[in-house]
Amino acid sequence: MAPTLAKNGVLDSEHKQTVPAARAGNVLELIGNTPLLEIRRLTRGLFRPGVRIFAKLEGFNPGGSVKDRPARKMLEVGLKTGDLHAGKTIIDSTSGNTGIALAMVGAVLGYPVELVMAANVSRERKKIIEAFGARPIYSDPMKSSDGAIEKCREIIAENPDRYFKPDQYNNEANSLAHFETTGPEIWRQTAGQVTHFIAGIGTSGTVMGAGRFLKSKNKNIQVIAVEPDDELHGLEGLKHMASAIVPGIYHEEQLDLKIPIGTEEAYEMVYALGQTEGVLVGQSSGAAMIAALKIARDLREGCIVAIFPDFGDKYLSTNLWIGWQEWRRERLAQVLSKWNASTNATT
Amino acid sequence: MAVRVRVPTPLRRFTGGEGEVPADGASIRQVIEDLEKRHAGIRERLLDDKGEIRRFVNIYLNGDDVRFLESLNSKVKDGDDISIVPAIAGGR
Repeated sequence: MAPTLAKNGVLDSEHKQTVPAARAGNVLELIGNTPLLEIRRLTRGLFRPGVRIFAKLEGFNPGGSVKDRPARKMLEVGLKTGDLHAGKTIIDSTSGNTGIALAMVGAVLGYPVELVMAANVSRERKKIIEAFGARPIYSDPMKSSDGAIEKCREIIAENPDRYFKPDQYNNEANSLAHFETTGPEIWRQTAGQVTHFIAGIGTSGTVMGAGRFLKSKNKNIQVIAVEPDDELHGLEGLKHMASAIVPGIYHEEQLDLKIPIGTEEAYEMVYALGQTEGVLVGQSSGAAMIAALKIARDLREGCIVAIFPDFGDKYLSTNLWIGWQEWRRERLAQVLSKWNASTNATT
Repeated sequence: MAVRVRVPTPLRRFTGGEGEVPADGASIRQVIEDLEKRHAGIRERLLDDKGEIRRFVNIYLNGDDVRFLESLNSKVKDGDDISIVPAIAGGR
């Protein structure tokens, strides 16, 4: 069945209820209800007319990323169970976005926050975390994010009563946040017409939780995960599952497909999105967009929703932008030409 | 020139699990070529099709990012410390 969203890309009034509240009592109420943006300029002429790609712009969350959702939920559940209470310090290992989210939510709730991260996370992220009053603790950059996980475990082992660890990799409240918010939002925003859901795997919370919700509404919706194509990669926020510590909340059997993405092509897609759609995003969004293109070229019709986890301003000092001046608009056609619809497209 | 090269976890599959390996060369480029002879497959992870350092790889010579020196042509002396560091931390 062809998607029945308004052809001009404007969602009908029933779905406009998902825009953020105009007024809020505290910043936590502003989490979620992020907009969908149809990607049309970059994909013009590439696919069959019945194929549409929407990006869910998680950068619109107040902490600037998709991670606001699980951070709020994990602390909310911690408070409910009593594991988080006065006198506790919130601690976790994070390369950035979850750290920013925990720092923000911790500030609102009045809890001290300590965050263990590899020393090579971007400068902007470190500063934002400190600006929310949280304390960064740096782990060996040679050991990547797994080094941060190990160091966090050591710190807690030395003083177990002092800390509350949301443990985003193993806390089902992480994926629950997406089951309760991200999934339903996508269902509403696409008027139930979504056919493919695409999200990168970091902790896997987004793809697991939102994927589970969407499958519960329509078991034919394809749930697709995006991961780096190699153990050594530059897709900050994403994990190469075969070589990483596998998160406890990750259930691969619930995925329909896992798509490996190269760092260089994801970086080029970030440049392309900025210069054609006017959307400056991080590299994990570039990877999600590439995955969406890979899916789209084989479809006769479909409504693809890809999660864009954050905007690009936190990465301006990073290697993502090395050599970008050499990337010019004229290269866009060359980059996109390989995504032309295939001749044996299926539904 | 004999140097020691620190290798990050994601590349240790090429070095038999070693986090630090010896190499020879008068420049960073030569050191990488020598690493490739000793640990086949590692060069492709470090350099792109044009032979430049991949954007998501940082190489430090005695603590300085070689991009701010002479990149792959940076001169190497006996006993220098070279570190290969992933540009990002992975995970969330």
